[in-house]
Amino acid sequence: MSSVAVTAQTAGAGAARAAAKRRQRKVPLGGSARRAGRLTYFLLGAVLLISIFPLYYTLLLGSSDPVAIAQNPIPQWLPDSSLFSQFATVITDSNINFWKALWNSTLIGVFSSLSVVFFSTLAGYSFAKLNFRGRGPLLVFVIATMAVPVQLGIIPLYILMSEIGWYGQVQAVIVPGLVTAFGVFWMTQYLSEALPYELIEAARVDGASMFRTFWSVAMPAALPAAAMLGLFQFVQQWTNYFWPSIILTSDNPTLPLVVQSLRDNYFVDYSLVMGGVFLVTLPLLIMFFFVGRQLVAGIMAGAVKG
Amino acid sequence: MALLSPTKPAQPRDGSDDRPPRRLGFSQRLGRLDVKVSPYLYISPFFLLFAVVGLFPLAYTAVVSVYEWNLLGGQGEFVGMQNYVDVLQQPTFWKSVGNTFSIFLFSSVPQVIMAITIAALLDQNLRAATFWRMGVLVPFIVAPVAISMIFGRLFADQYGFINELLGLVGIDPIAWHGDRIASHVAIATMVNYRWTGYNTLIFLAAMQAVPRDLYEAAVIDGAGRVRQFFSVTVPQIRATVIFVVITSTVGGMQIFDEVRMYDAGGLGGPNRDWMTTVVYLYDVAWGNQKNFGRAAAVAWLLFLIIVAVGMVNFLMTQRIATAGPKGAKISRRHTKRLMAEARAAAARGETPTTSAPPGGTPGPQPGSPPPPPVDPPPQPSADSPTTNSGEDVR
Repeated sequence: MSSVAVTAQTAGAGAARAAAKRRQRKVPLGGSARRAGRLTYFLLGAVLLISIFPLYYTLLLGSSDPVAIAQNPIPQWLPDSSLFSQFATVITDSNINFWKALWNSTLIGVFSSLSVVFFSTLAGYSFAKLNFRGRGPLLVFVIATMAVPVQLGIIPLYILMSEIGWYGQVQAVIVPGLVTAFGVFWMTQYLSEALPYELIEAARVDGASMFRTFWSVAMPAALPAAAMLGLFQFVQQWTNYFWPSIILTSDNPTLPLVVQSLRDNYFVDYSLVMGGVFLVTLPLLIMFFFVGRQLVAGIMAGAVKG
Repeated sequence: MALLSPTKPAQPRDGSDDRPPRRLGFSQRLGRLDVKVSPYLYISPFFLLFAVVGLFPLAYTAVVSVYEWNLLGGQGEFVGMQNYVDVLQQPTFWKSVGNTFSIFLFSSVPQVIMAITIAALLDQNLRAATFWRMGVLVPFIVAPVAISMIFGRLFADQYGFINELLGLVGIDPIAWHGDRIASHVAIATMVNYRWTGYNTLIFLAAMQAVPRDLYEAAVIDGAGRVRQFFSVTVPQIRATVIFVVITSTVGGMQIFDEVRMYDAGGLGGPNRDWMTTVVYLYDVAWGNQKNFGRAAAVAWLLFLIIVAVGMVNFLMTQRIATAGPKGAKISRRHTKRLMAEARAAAARGETPTTSAPPGGTPGPQPGSPPPPPVDPPPQPSADSPTTNSGEDVR
């Protein structure tokens, strides 16, 4: 290898000797070029264990009975079939409204993510690829609102929703989740890189209207980012508790409110509560199993752009 | 566009002058309108909806806060700043602010450190890389209320799993639901559990954008793994660190779910030892007081606190950012100080103690300041569209 000689010329003989010595000792290269050692796998395994254990612990508590839980931090090491009887109790209990909650959560999640994806792509396309007066300031405004804790406007929002008779109704949760500033910013970032002007021009020359151009050219190009945004919004809505807990009731709940109902109704019966908690988590776990890869890729893709 | 103009200029016909002057047809005028109006049309749904459900409520909070306004009675008479005075005189409010800051510190600092460490582990040539990445993201999909219920049990005062573990290493059981600081640690742990993996992926993405030749250069300079991490990786992802810190600030000041499910009451314990300000807001508006006016005042005060903390954050990070690559002023001062030290040392007859990098390599410029040895060429995204917009964090 001539690199020693090169180093000797550029950085001096001492540096070259040191580098050669290092190379003989095989000093590992940082970053992803480096091959992971056993220690890495061990540490990552520990991290994974910590990630998974609370969920597994929920299964253990759900399989046990309240007396055992009260006397032993780990009532048993493996879940058993009594878990299913807890599930059955949670599902059939009329105070819990499990199916309604599942339906409501699905409805809110689907509506909200579809709407956020559509409106964000529309606005993002406009910001990224169309010329219009006031584009710059408006985009700055969108970015600035991302840092504003909008949650704090909850009292007027409550007054507003009560005035129009939406208290306890699912649309009171859906409507505030129809758009997010984050979504617009995200799609603007993505489309400004992923969509070449030539494609838009070609469509316009072919006689497509503005909306047709958006629909047939921008929408397909935005698909990868849109999928990630939709997933992200779905998870956010599915796990959201603050606003639903204020505007909805236990008669017409979402899944996080089911957790609250379980606590309020069965606080002494920890195994039942935990069975329910796992049941509430299960749908997203299943979804994660199938689309977690995309979610990971999306979060990482978003982190470097910009 | 001019490429495919619909006229055919190739064959000049003699009758071309007879044609009637071109008039804009209806569809063409429509087309022009389409081009003009469409951009505004496309961004309007966002702005309209956001104004109604986001900005208007936030602004109207200020109006509610200067009225007597109750959950049941509705709007009462104008009281000026009385609600603010009332809130500021309540010790529970101040306690909640203290709790919020304490929980925030316990969650943000360890979270960033852990996330960077795990990201460094993942930023290697791993087998089944996607599997490990998905693994760290699992907690993100668990609802905070569920996490709160689970950890409430893990952190049980008696026969809790964590206390049992502590017992194995000879530590006495901790009153996680009794001691103020201990409860803050427990709640911060829930926040960390959910968000560490997410931030790990953001750091990982930033780390993968670091140019590989920087590491090679570091190796040639004789840097080991740890040294590479602190001298190459960390300075390179500084912008992302700043970004994560700021977003986690906005979220961390608004912790609600975790407290609501931590015990039976959900209001921060009998002494409000772990009641955050948002929970306090909830309690004032929908709990025992049912006083919207005061709750709105709390909301505005919290808003100001968050803005203030954000500003402090911003200024601090500005300093960090400018102290790095282009810190001409600082470095000159630093150089002067180093030279003065060296002179003093020489006068005393000692060798100057400026540490040379280990491995015998001569520093690039003798007496140069310590700031990061590598000049980061493209900064990895300060304002990336990574996370949570303020409204739906946690």
